Amino acid sequence: MLVSLDNVIKAYPGDAGDVRVLAGVSLTLDHGQTLALTGESGSGKSTLLHLVGGLDAADAGRIVVNGVDLLGAGDAARAELRRLTIGIIFQQFNLIPSLTTADNLAFQARLAGRHDKAWLDEVATRLGLSEHLGKYPEELSGGQQQRVAVGRALASRPSLLLADEPTGNLDEATGDAVLDLMMGLVRDTGSALLMVTHSERLATLCDGRRHLSAGQLT
Amino acid sequence: MMAAGWSALWSHWRRHPLQLFTLIAGLAMATALWSGVQAINGEARTSYAEAEDAVARAALPRLVNPEGPIPIAYYVALRRAGWDVTPLLEGPLRIDGSTFQVRGIETLTAVAPPTVTDGGNTDTDIGPVDILTGDGIVFAARSAQAQLEDAGGLPRIVAAEGLGPRQLITDIRTATRLLGSDGAPTSLLILPDQRPGLTPLADLVPGLEERDPVETEDLGRLTDSFHLNLTAFGLLSFAVGLFIVHGAIGLAFEQRRAMFRTLRALGLPLRQLVLLLILELGAITILGALIGLALGYLIAALLLPDVAATLRGLYGAPVEGGLVFRPLWAAAGLAMAAFGAGVAAAEGIWRVARMPILTGAMPRAWALASTRTLRRQGVLAVLLSVLALVLATMGSGLVAGFVMLGALLVAAALLLPIILLAVLRTAERASKGVVAGWFWADTRQQVPGLSLALMALLLALAANIGVGTMVASFRTTFIGWLDQRLASELYVTARTEDEAARLREWLAPRSEAVLPIWSVDATLGGRQGEVYGIRDHATYRDHWPLLGAAPDVWDRVAAGEGALINEQMARRLGIGIGDPADLAEDWALPVAGVYSDYGNPQPQAIVGVEALAARYPDISKLRHGIRVAPDRVNTLRAALTDDFGLPDDLIIDQAAIKSLSVSIFERTFAVTGALNVLTLGIAALAILTSLLTLAGLRLPQLAPVWAIGLTRTKLGRLEVVRTLLLAVLTAIVALPVGLLLAFVLLAIINVEAFGWRIGMAYFPLDWLRLFLLAALAAGLAALLPARRLARTPPAILLKVFANER
Repeated sequence: MLVSLDNVIKAYPGDAGDVRVLAGVSLTLDHGQTLALTGESGSGKSTLLHLVGGLDAADAGRIVVNGVDLLGAGDAARAELRRLTIGIIFQQFNLIPSLTTADNLAFQARLAGRHDKAWLDEVATRLGLSEHLGKYPEELSGGQQQRVAVGRALASRPSLLLADEPTGNLDEATGDAVLDLMMGLVRDTGSALLMVTHSERLATLCDGRRHLSAGQLT
Repeated sequence: MMAAGWSALWSHWRRHPLQLFTLIAGLAMATALWSGVQAINGEARTSYAEAEDAVARAALPRLVNPEGPIPIAYYVALRRAGWDVTPLLEGPLRIDGSTFQVRGIETLTAVAPPTVTDGGNTDTDIGPVDILTGDGIVFAARSAQAQLEDAGGLPRIVAAEGLGPRQLITDIRTATRLLGSDGAPTSLLILPDQRPGLTPLADLVPGLEERDPVETEDLGRLTDSFHLNLTAFGLLSFAVGLFIVHGAIGLAFEQRRAMFRTLRALGLPLRQLVLLLILELGAITILGALIGLALGYLIAALLLPDVAATLRGLYGAPVEGGLVFRPLWAAAGLAMAAFGAGVAAAEGIWRVARMPILTGAMPRAWALASTRTLRRQGVLAVLLSVLALVLATMGSGLVAGFVMLGALLVAAALLLPIILLAVLRTAERASKGVVAGWFWADTRQQVPGLSLALMALLLALAANIGVGTMVASFRTTFIGWLDQRLASELYVTARTEDEAARLREWLAPRSEAVLPIWSVDATLGGRQGEVYGIRDHATYRDHWPLLGAAPDVWDRVAAGEGALINEQMARRLGIGIGDPADLAEDWALPVAGVYSDYGNPQPQAIVGVEALAARYPDISKLRHGIRVAPDRVNTLRAALTDDFGLPDDLIIDQAAIKSLSVSIFERTFAVTGALNVLTLGIAALAILTSLLTLAGLRLPQLAPVWAIGLTRTKLGRLEVVRTLLLAVLTAIVALPVGLLLAFVLLAIINVEAFGWRIGMAYFPLDWLRLFLLAALAAGLAALLPARRLARTPPAILLKVFANER
């Protein structure tokens, strides 16, 4: 199993005491599977994604990604997991503003030591970014930036792709186009996908779908 | 992984070259002035070694022949009569465009040759035979060894300790050959501990004159003060430069917070990120420091001739104004730059190390200090002020003085934004009109972002005022003191007691007064000092620089019932008016007055000349100060030469010496003036760089005002006015800080360092000039960003309102 969550609990401090956003969540995801995670705003979808990505730590429970138990892993082990196993597509793109499109696309692959020029060219072509490789993020439109973020995540051929509202900032047409590309690339690379989305329509495109509400998955 | 991380971090600098320039410029400036000052100090110290060696040589009395070299027969006669003298042959030797001073010593009778450092072997294989046979050996400083060996035509060159860089010591035989002399010595040194009962020198060698050792240590001490000034300036400049570095690094860290989070999210471990940041800082530091060292070397080379001139004047020794590159100096400069960059970046790196990956992209610009930060600054400033106060009242020693100085300056710098915000808030409340209200509010908002640059300006201005006041006070005091101490128009030294008596008789009708200058060595308070005897005369009553005195001070001194002591002796022994001063084992007189004696490290006392002569009947009575109308000085001098055959060096025109001393003083502190300007220049650069880096961040604040109806030109003008206003307010705060700094330097640091206190004088015109200069610097710094703003295309301003931003 690529991802396994068992009775995961996570709470944040609030004005009236701790607020449990995840109250015993369990989940599994295997290689090649795509899973949509839906829920209301503030339901803990992004938190769950961050926990799987090792960006945050759970209060209790067990999270194992690609054989690594995240609860006992230190910063270096989590970083290694993100570098080598996971690709993350952030809602706000999180591109590096001082790098060109080409450098942003190649960045995580370089970080992981898996830079493959031919694959990178293919990704850029399929994402329609070939004409923009020399541009900086500030010179790109929102849709283009999102495509760079997707390309960056896929360029290192990760086993697990985590996408947080990957089309949330885009209009419907652009969003659909980006998602089509992403799903195609996921299928071609055999990655697993865990995608957070508000959109019922997008959720139906995945193999499976789980809804998060009141800290529980249904 | 590291390479990818490195490329991402560096891409920031590629996209923000101005920020990189600011950082490197800050580091370079900080290193430049600090290392420049160190180069000057180091070179000066080397020169001192040479000069002091010349002084040490002169510390033995010597016999000279006014006609030229000394015939060998004289030397033989003296040795046969039992006099322990040794011949010396000295002269300049030009080698490869440099002038070296050759000193030939008679190896068997002279003091020991220098300690050899050749090959690190002090237990050298060089013996008298090597020195005396063959081509001989020339001892030189290690720095001169290579140059001399390259020059060729010289005997074997051996590096030796304690030699000046332009000084060569060899056997008199070798010196004779090198100088092309006939071998006759230029002087005979009279060695210490002569046997009693020897035939007087005047009887044995009547043609030779005995010269006392030259006393230069007094003026030499002044250079300590000079170097202290330079070091203090170097440190202040370094601190001002660090403000720039801190600002640039802080801004770069803040702008890259999102990037750091992304890098970590993409799999770069925290430890590697911190390591990369340290490596990045190291690379920038090395670059900045190397530029700084080159600039420092240039500054030192430009300023060194003034220092060399000072040394020549102070020591009368030939000192070259050239600069020698020393690896240790460069290493120290690099280390200082690394230390400074480390201090400036420590907070940023610490924040990164503690920053969780998921910290939200808070719109907290680094430059915007929160109220909590200001409160913390205020508390720290108060604590530092209390520390300074405690040290002022209870501390002692130079270190305590400097710590107090540092605490005061940092406290003032920390308080500056709080004071500025209070003033601006008051102005905002009192303002009428929408634009004025916005202007004051917006200026207040800019203070946190500009506070580091303004603190740098405050330090630069305070240093200028403080050190300027100290130098000007010192100058006023020094010139007044010279006028007092060198009141006699001529100083005449007779060659024999008989000649002295005849001189006094001859001079009496031809001058206004003949003032004896007779002295004996004495142990005062356990230290070697001197007791002088003076005649009761208006010259002393009117001019002598008394710091404190009993009402009838001169009557008591003249009557032999009281003594004057110098300030150093009074401070060191803790005695004052009315206290007994021990002048000899069984001789004590009550202190009737305390006088200033700048430059003299030793205790000194003055009594009535009759009392001194009665106490020491055999006292040497050769020296006299002559009061004469200034227009008759030359006539009298010529008559003395004609009637007594006195050589020039026994008739000293002190008016010329005074003029020389003043010119030396002026040149000495011309260096301080140059450093003043450079420090202010760095502060101006700090403002410029702060304004330029903040310019981009200003757009979201200015765009709405532009959209509402203010033109870009007006906004640009307001930016200049705002900067000028802040600079002037900073200058006003800097004035009391600078005066406090001057007070600490004059009343605490100088007293601790030298044992004398200089009164503080005020120079409002200098302050006004400085304020105008500061306003000009700030105005110029504001001009470029303001011009940019005035020409910002509307499309750029509109972007602020667009979603893409």
